[in-house]
Amino acid sequence: MSFSVVTRENMEALRAIVGQENCLWGEEISPDYAHDELGGVERMPDILLRVHSTEEVSRIMAYADTHRLPVVVRGSGTGLVGAAVALEGGVMLETTGMNRILELDEENLTVTVQPGVLLMELSEFVQSHGLFYPPDPGEKSATIGGNISTNAGGMRAVKYGVTRDYVRGLTVVLPTGEVLELGGKVVKNSSGYSLKDVIIGSEGTLAVITQATLRLLPLPPVSVSLLAPFDSLDAALDAVPAIVRSKAAPTAIEYMSRDVILMAEEYLGKKFPDTTAPAYALLTFDGPDLSQVEQAYAGTADLCLELGARDIYLVDTDERKKSVWDARGAFLEAIKASSVEMDECDVVVPRSRIADYIKFTHALAKELDMRLPSFGHAGDGNLHIYLCRDGMGRETFEEKCRLAFERLYAEAARCGGRVSGEHGIGWAKKEYLAAHSAPEELALMGRIKAAFDPNGILNPGKVI
Amino acid sequence: MEILVCVKQVPGTTEVEVDPVTGVLKRDGVASKMNPYDLYAVELGLRLAEATGGRLRALSMGPPQAKAVLLETAAMGAESGVLVSDRRLGGADVLATGYTLSQAVRTLGKVDLILCGKQTTDGDTAQVGAEMAEFLGLPHANNVQSVEPDGEGYVKVRIDLDSHISVQRLPLPCVLCIDSEVNTPRLPSYRRKKSLPPDCVKTISLDDFGDREPAHYGLTGSPTQVERIFPPEKNSEKEMLHGSGEDMAKELAAILRCRKLI
Repeated sequence: MSFSVVTRENMEALRAIVGQENCLWGEEISPDYAHDELGGVERMPDILLRVHSTEEVSRIMAYADTHRLPVVVRGSGTGLVGAAVALEGGVMLETTGMNRILELDEENLTVTVQPGVLLMELSEFVQSHGLFYPPDPGEKSATIGGNISTNAGGMRAVKYGVTRDYVRGLTVVLPTGEVLELGGKVVKNSSGYSLKDVIIGSEGTLAVITQATLRLLPLPPVSVSLLAPFDSLDAALDAVPAIVRSKAAPTAIEYMSRDVILMAEEYLGKKFPDTTAPAYALLTFDGPDLSQVEQAYAGTADLCLELGARDIYLVDTDERKKSVWDARGAFLEAIKASSVEMDECDVVVPRSRIADYIKFTHALAKELDMRLPSFGHAGDGNLHIYLCRDGMGRETFEEKCRLAFERLYAEAARCGGRVSGEHGIGWAKKEYLAAHSAPEELALMGRIKAAFDPNGILNPGKVI
Repeated sequence: MEILVCVKQVPGTTEVEVDPVTGVLKRDGVASKMNPYDLYAVELGLRLAEATGGRLRALSMGPPQAKAVLLETAAMGAESGVLVSDRRLGGADVLATGYTLSQAVRTLGKVDLILCGKQTTDGDTAQVGAEMAEFLGLPHANNVQSVEPDGEGYVKVRIDLDSHISVQRLPLPCVLCIDSEVNTPRLPSYRRKKSLPPDCVKTISLDDFGDREPAHYGLTGSPTQVERIFPPEKNSEKEMLHGSGEDMAKELAAILRCRKLI
């Protein structure tokens, strides 16, 4: 598809919509807008528009559609697959100025926000009202619009589900400029196709989200994490299916190996409370009071000991949670800092297959002579495996990455898994989605895209 | 080495509200926890006990439910705990608390080293450790960052005095108040917690002390009388003093005098 270049005349028309101070053109745009945090692709937009209302977005989209200008929406730019990179140049809409929390509805247990509200701001706001927004991706400075666009998951997915499960309603602007209200505050909805759910996870390719109504839960007052040291990563991972089978309901089951913890220690300059074991499982339980939470975790703690845990450490106060979860939250950055360059595989497999899958990655690392550290959400089957360049030349690294990705996704497919658990496809994982999806499925996605965006101007070159 | 660590149970959150009518802290429904500053002293104590083949015991003063922090200390690795709990000790200020603890220490047999946190998150006075040491007639140091026993009856301690670090050699027994963030405290062990013997925490009262005169303890033994507790007005104005500690102290004293506060 060919697009028009943003001309001075286009710029002036777009500037008139958002105002001079919200329009950056050419060299006024910071190079930061050329990339996200990992996607491996860079391109500057021609024009950056800082939007502040649905109406502005609607007018911009109508103009861009008429003039065939490509448009990419960007929140905080914390994506990992290049989804918010302007591959074709053109217009970039930055939503971080749309950062107002519009309404807390305590009767319907919903909060209505603009897309630029940061995840950490949202959590803090609802918690101060005794409420709880469960999705908990590691990157707290991501915008809620970005979270919805990737259907972000996070650590609590094992008990509470993912972003999609908490989006009740969306206001969206179609690529042609029309404004739609999808869903609402209703709990049940069987009224035709759920377009809201098609847009969630569509990575900014179908519509621009300008407002979201999110479902909240009462805040569980008490949560306790258990840190279980094991003699090996295999032993830690082998415990996971047994924990799931035991019908205990942890909010999170994470796994981590000592080498990743040591990288986080180095990165943060802070010591983890225990690094004597080669691997750890980290489980969290929440509930209405301490005695119920203690009751809930006791069975799982005993089970872990039976399955070979050396001990179970209790992470039960704010200070202890900070010492453990700060490190967990820094794993991605720590691994990044440990290698000159890296790429990532955010694969998801059925959780019963996690242990086998990780064993496969260890064998693959040996075979390719390449460091493949990993950590992840053992409880929901979503792994983050990092392909580290270390001392390799660029060409060797690229070749090994290609081989590694092919093998990792093929093995995931064999296990009944999928290409991405929570980071999305964007630009970086397109070929793997194509390789591991039925042609009919991809063709249907293409027709959905065309139905929303007949001129293909919205986030071109992404997902499919 | 026989090591004793003093710990305190404090509200589980720093956002305890004060009832504006009665001036009493609203403790209902507020969970309790070990004073976070004490965790560093516990960790240091455990490491010293391990290094010297000694043992760590813990001491606390409070209502019966404060036993929980001693059990927690035991789950972290302490051998046992002693809770001083007696209604006659209630309402103690820092001085009476220091005296009470000094009396309790005297019931515990041989103690080479007493460790405390630098302060508590509820009282924030940072005085009890030093006062207890004075009542015991022992040398003491605050803001201690590291402790190295020399095996000859002395410890080399590193003390943060804000303007400089002082390294001193103190004779044992002594009292050391441990600075925060000097280590990463270990987590309590579920395995240890489950296997603690039922008598690992002992409760003692005024009747066990050498000085059994009730007037020396609790509210009557406290020169500080609390008239009222109220949330402070929020005030973002501040004045910064600069210069050496001595210069700033002189300047501060002058300001306080000038405003007739002293």
